[in-house]
Amino acid sequence: MVVYVLCLMFFLVGIYCILRKRNIIKIIVGVIISEYAVNLFFLLVGYKSSGRSPILCSDRDVQYMAAHMVDPLPQAVVLTSIVIGLATTALLVAIAMRIYGKYRTFDITKIRELKG
Amino acid sequence: MASKEHGAGMSLIVKTVTRFTVGLIMLYGIYIVTHGHISPGGGFAGGVIIALSFIHLMLAYGKEAALSKAGKKTISLFESAGALMFLTIALLGYTGGYFFLNFFKDKGKPFELLSAGIIPLCNVAICLKVGAGMFAIFVVLILFKLNFEDDKRD
Amino acid sequence: MKPGALIIPLFVAIPLAGAFINSVIGKKNKAISDIIGVVITAVLVVLSLLSVYYVNQSGLIPYSVGSWKPPVGIGLVLDGLSSFMLVTVNIVAFLIALYSVNYMERFTAKFRFFTLFLLMVAGMNGVVITGDIFNLFVFLEIASVASYALVAFGTEKHELEAAFKYAVMSTVGSLFILLGIVLLYSYTSTLNMADMAVVISKSGFSNIIIFVTVLFIMGFGLKAALVPFHAWLPDAHPSAPAPISAMLSGVLIKSLGVYTLCRIIYNVIGMNVVISEVLLFLGAVSMVIGVFLAIGQWDFKRLLAYHSISQIGYVILGIGLWTPLGILGGLFHLLNHSLFKSLLFLNSGAVEHATGTRDLKQMGGISEKMPVTSGTGLVASMSIAGIPPFNGFWSKLIIIVAAVQANRYGYAFWAVLASVMTLASFMKVMKYGFYGKLRAGLESVKEAPFYMQLSMVILALLCVSGGILLLPELRAMFLDSAQTALSQGTGMAASILNMVKI
Repeated sequence: MVVYVLCLMFFLVGIYCILRKRNIIKIIVGVIISEYAVNLFFLLVGYKSSGRSPILCSDRDVQYMAAHMVDPLPQAVVLTSIVIGLATTALLVAIAMRIYGKYRTFDITKIRELKG
Repeated sequence: MASKEHGAGMSLIVKTVTRFTVGLIMLYGIYIVTHGHISPGGGFAGGVIIALSFIHLMLAYGKEAALSKAGKKTISLFESAGALMFLTIALLGYTGGYFFLNFFKDKGKPFELLSAGIIPLCNVAICLKVGAGMFAIFVVLILFKLNFEDDKRD
Repeated sequence: MKPGALIIPLFVAIPLAGAFINSVIGKKNKAISDIIGVVITAVLVVLSLLSVYYVNQSGLIPYSVGSWKPPVGIGLVLDGLSSFMLVTVNIVAFLIALYSVNYMERFTAKFRFFTLFLLMVAGMNGVVITGDIFNLFVFLEIASVASYALVAFGTEKHELEAAFKYAVMSTVGSLFILLGIVLLYSYTSTLNMADMAVVISKSGFSNIIIFVTVLFIMGFGLKAALVPFHAWLPDAHPSAPAPISAMLSGVLIKSLGVYTLCRIIYNVIGMNVVISEVLLFLGAVSMVIGVFLAIGQWDFKRLLAYHSISQIGYVILGIGLWTPLGILGGLFHLLNHSLFKSLLFLNSGAVEHATGTRDLKQMGGISEKMPVTSGTGLVASMSIAGIPPFNGFWSKLIIIVAAVQANRYGYAFWAVLASVMTLASFMKVMKYGFYGKLRAGLESVKEAPFYMQLSMVILALLCVSGGILLLPELRAMFLDSAQTALSQGTGMAASILNMVKI
């Protein structure tokens, strides 16, 4: 139970970074932290105490493994989610570099041309 | 001063060690991809490791050495080829009646290298796409930095 | 397998194949990327009309990918609501692809535009046809990331700033959705939407379902631009190039935001009185605040973006009423809004292509030089304001009548007020922008090129004839099947599972 609460606090730390930091790179780091927190939470949901890893070996048969192994579905799903996070991060970094080329600053309080 | 005696890149020790390890890293990545249905790993992890071998080469020797091994056009072609191969495998399932069907007749025995239907082919396709994609992202971000520095001088 | 089930995966496979083939061979020859883009979206329009026919013939059509039966495998489901959304998305995508053959000539990397565009269409189609909740999240992210890149396509200052804000806010929305999916998985231990509905309806109501509903309203509301979460839309939609603004405002916020919200709340979690009240309140607030902020704008595309917020408020108001007539009105308004809002954004693109400005104070009397553009602009403005016999009038009338029939006189009053103010703001646009005396520096403007005119005229014809969909035969085929798919609620899940196990 403590582990889940710590994961959610980790997510809130990431959201705090997105809301309060002024540098664009720190905002991107906040997005990365939040995504990793949700992935970690998903993995911990699939944990079973004293369970084996879900890899079939030739020494035990399938019924024994099915009763004793950790849930494999979150592991496959988190793999996809990590790839999605990578793609979003790469795009955010590319946009941030071009913003620096046009505005000459990374400070979001000075990047405020659109108003109204 | 003495560390730049071969031109671009890092020092002599790093370059010598890189010459030994780059091939091993790529072999390890290929091992993880082809054994993806027997042990943990698979297409994505293996693709990332293969991309890391190219990035290792670029960090140690400089941009030109790595780009001569795999230029921008080749990387783009591999990326699209990986995606099209994956889509072809999925559409070939229509011969059996369903999208993404396992259309091999002989499913093989468990724990063998040539078994599990279409999963090894999918692993290879994903490895091409992910490896080429990650290296392409790295190349684009490094090359963009150069144009920007020229732009800043005026 | 039922007849017509074979075409379901093609909605995702064909645009993906087109996008990757385009990225291989599009650089060599400019004309090939145009041809690929237009031909593929035309094929998708034909397939979506076929899907409406098949659904009317045989009811609900499930499909198991790779012949793995759900809940073990991924299932794709085609029902009345899915085919309705497919027709909306694909028709608008085809007309916008036709328009952008001429408009995107000003950018040097036009073939990359069609690659990203086809990826976005593939993502939106995938969201609509899937029956598995994590598959829905993956397609949602494909469409969203493609749209972040498309908003920043021209790499001017404003486009980059708007794209960054849009990307960060939309990523936070996706994280809320993912957190909701994780909590639902831990509660029901399955990822298939039909199976989840059965488990939730058996085990009663618990606090975690309330928390998940709140997370989904926050996440999908941010994608659909409901009012507390709307702050990205007035920056992102004006700054993007005109066909992308039309695509974002016309179909993306609907397929990613409104469709997923209704599907999950009606068919998985199950609608109840509290959620209905919340949706009505959010819809009404969006309607009113959107239109009040829109009247004071002088930038043409920013005014249209604020009106998008207001019209999506209408749709959520109709769907939140929880009566069959309300749902019918909401879904019909969703289709109409795609048509006339895309037409308005394409008009603004044609005006900007010809005069180089978006400011209403600097345009004036263009209607002499650009007759087709101002004619279609007049048709679209009368549709959005709700003047008979254009299609906006019918859908707004149904929503207001449904609100009165459900004894919600307050919401009906706010709906009528928002409609009157919409009419006022579009009269301002017509007076300052199109009609009146021709301004000094504008003598040399010419009419828009051929493909832009063609797509605007087709959209205007669809707007004029939209009321036909309320005739009894056509209504039974198209709108009623969409509305019964939602009204059945969680009962639909049991029928899907029974059909698949046979």
